Amino acid sequence: MIDQLVLLPVIVPLLGAGLCLVFGRSAQAQRAISVVVLLSVVATAAVLLVRADHHGPVTVTVAGWPADLGINLVADRLSALMLLVSAFVTLCVLLYSFGQGIVEFGRESPLSVFHPTFLVLSAGVSNAFLAGDLFNLFVGFEILLASSYVLITLGGTEARIRAGTIYIVVSLMSSALFLIAIACVYAATGTVGLAALAGRMGELPDAVQMLLQLLLLTTFCIKAAVFPLSAWLPDSYPTAPAPVTAVFAGLLTKVGVYAIIRTQTLLFPDSPLNDLLLWAAILTMVIGILGAVAQSDIKRVLSFTLVSHIGFMLFGVALADPLGLTGAVFYIVHHITVQTTLFLVVGLVEYREGTTNTEKLGGLARSAPVLAVMFFVPAMNLAGIPPLSGFLGKLALIRGGVGDATPLAYAAVAAALATSLLTLYALAKVWSRAFWQPLEDGEAIEEPAPSEPRQRSGGSLHGRTGVSTKTEVESSWQRFVHDERLPMSMALPTLALVLASTALTVTAGPLFSFTERSATEMHERTPYIQAVLGDEAP
Amino acid sequence: MTVNLSLVVVIAVLVACGVTLVLERSLTRVLVGFVLIGNGVNLLFLVSSGDAGRAPIVGLGDGPMSDPLPQAMALTAIVITLGTTAFGLALAYRAWQLTGHDDVQDDVEDDLIRRRAELDSTSATFDESDEALPDEEGSDLDEEAAR
Repeated sequence: MIDQLVLLPVIVPLLGAGLCLVFGRSAQAQRAISVVVLLSVVATAAVLLVRADHHGPVTVTVAGWPADLGINLVADRLSALMLLVSAFVTLCVLLYSFGQGIVEFGRESPLSVFHPTFLVLSAGVSNAFLAGDLFNLFVGFEILLASSYVLITLGGTEARIRAGTIYIVVSLMSSALFLIAIACVYAATGTVGLAALAGRMGELPDAVQMLLQLLLLTTFCIKAAVFPLSAWLPDSYPTAPAPVTAVFAGLLTKVGVYAIIRTQTLLFPDSPLNDLLLWAAILTMVIGILGAVAQSDIKRVLSFTLVSHIGFMLFGVALADPLGLTGAVFYIVHHITVQTTLFLVVGLVEYREGTTNTEKLGGLARSAPVLAVMFFVPAMNLAGIPPLSGFLGKLALIRGGVGDATPLAYAAVAAALATSLLTLYALAKVWSRAFWQPLEDGEAIEEPAPSEPRQRSGGSLHGRTGVSTKTEVESSWQRFVHDERLPMSMALPTLALVLASTALTVTAGPLFSFTERSATEMHERTPYIQAVLGDEAP
Repeated sequence: MTVNLSLVVVIAVLVACGVTLVLERSLTRVLVGFVLIGNGVNLLFLVSSGDAGRAPIVGLGDGPMSDPLPQAMALTAIVITLGTTAFGLALAYRAWQLTGHDDVQDDVEDDLIRRRAELDSTSATFDESDEALPDEEGSDLDEEAAR
């Protein structure tokens, strides 16, 4: 009976989204429904986590079809952990968005689609984490992508339409590739169930296996923004409203990383492509962070560090041993919380100052000390300053790399260390420009004039939430500029996330032993396969 | 399992035309490209289901049934393609409303940084005393040559 709980994280947000549409006229009702729904998802995820840890993977075979034909939802340790962290982060971002909603468009928000779409996004993320077969994984991806299309173009301003177009075209391409991959997998094996595939994949000729693996990896690498396929991310994320960027940055790329981990460990355990993945990880880390160093807008700096740090997780996956996987899973948990927190803090900076361009900011450490601390702690965490969780995650990955002891693994370790230093450099630059150095009024920064003067302040001007386009002239958001006090309803959820990301240091011991158990479970493969296929398992 | 060659040729043509259209700048053409690719992929599911047979309904007749599972998947994919195409068309319409065309533009911020690199301008915190040293790309030499 308790197994049926696995269905809740997918069904409840979808039902909640429907209810939100019914109560589309009342912002209060929508908020209440959204909070209750996400709280129940967090609770369910916590129960699943405990159960998966003590009794092995929790599975449901929907409608009672045989496991290799029908739809399965599986919550093993990895899925349950991802689900819990993502649900918690989604809840915090939702609470944050309330504050922004109240402040920016009065009590009745004109965007009645925001809450339903946000809940659908949450359902899609849950479905992707719990999917026990490739096609259901595809459906999960599509649910979250479809709602992300709506969220990224929210308000329909010119800049968001432009950024959204790029995002949507890239996502459509990856979806088409995923479908091709699924059709090929089905043609080769006659099933799309992950557990059934784990047994049948090994019987295929090596060339076919490699073709399937490359197809799946390309798809997931687009979604996870791994280097040669990462250019879309910094281009499209910064324009969206702060809560939307935060939840995208925290969750969407991690769903891609999760899919890579799942397929690599379950379907291709003795993969010949691990060296290729290591190369991709090295290039993602280094090139991503070099991009971050060149930027002057905080949102764009963070988008590039996001790409760069995907490389760390890929590094752990490419090592393909329990040590590397332990580090990778720990790093995902750390990175989801920290990256989301940073984007929310930047949302607060934008709210307060009206811009996120470091060349126009200054002296925030003096004028907004609380905000400065809320930026500083997660920024140092991301860079990996001991004793914060970023340091522990990087240490685990580097230990895995050294344990692997191949020249390429050492190269990846070197790249990881260099990337950490450069992350520190990029974030210290933001810190000293925007927070530390006093703002010099008379100083005109020479900047080549962009073609369109309306977009002069880049990500900042069109980054405002939701004001409908035809009225979006500079004066409509100028009144928010230099608002001295931060609204508590935005600051408190951010503070909660800052505390949660810092608390990962304190709980690192239990969390590490959990990720270690999870990595061992994935490496063995049998617990997952047996939980799904039952007695049919070979 | 024998593969129907004409089906494969049709898939190849559809996907090739689709990819050509996706490489265009106009969003409407890109969308038409994705519709073509989507149709090609749906046909690919028919190929992957193996030999064609009678309709997969139990008790309707004798003889081998065709595999229903890829059909179910193709159906799901068709619905998803329909939804995303509708959204994409709305997006193209909105872009046309705002700018008079639906071409995908380059990123303004990217362009700024690229131009800053071309100008070789320095940031506010740049140490002036280092400026006498020639930089690594040798752009100073070009300036001297220009003089």
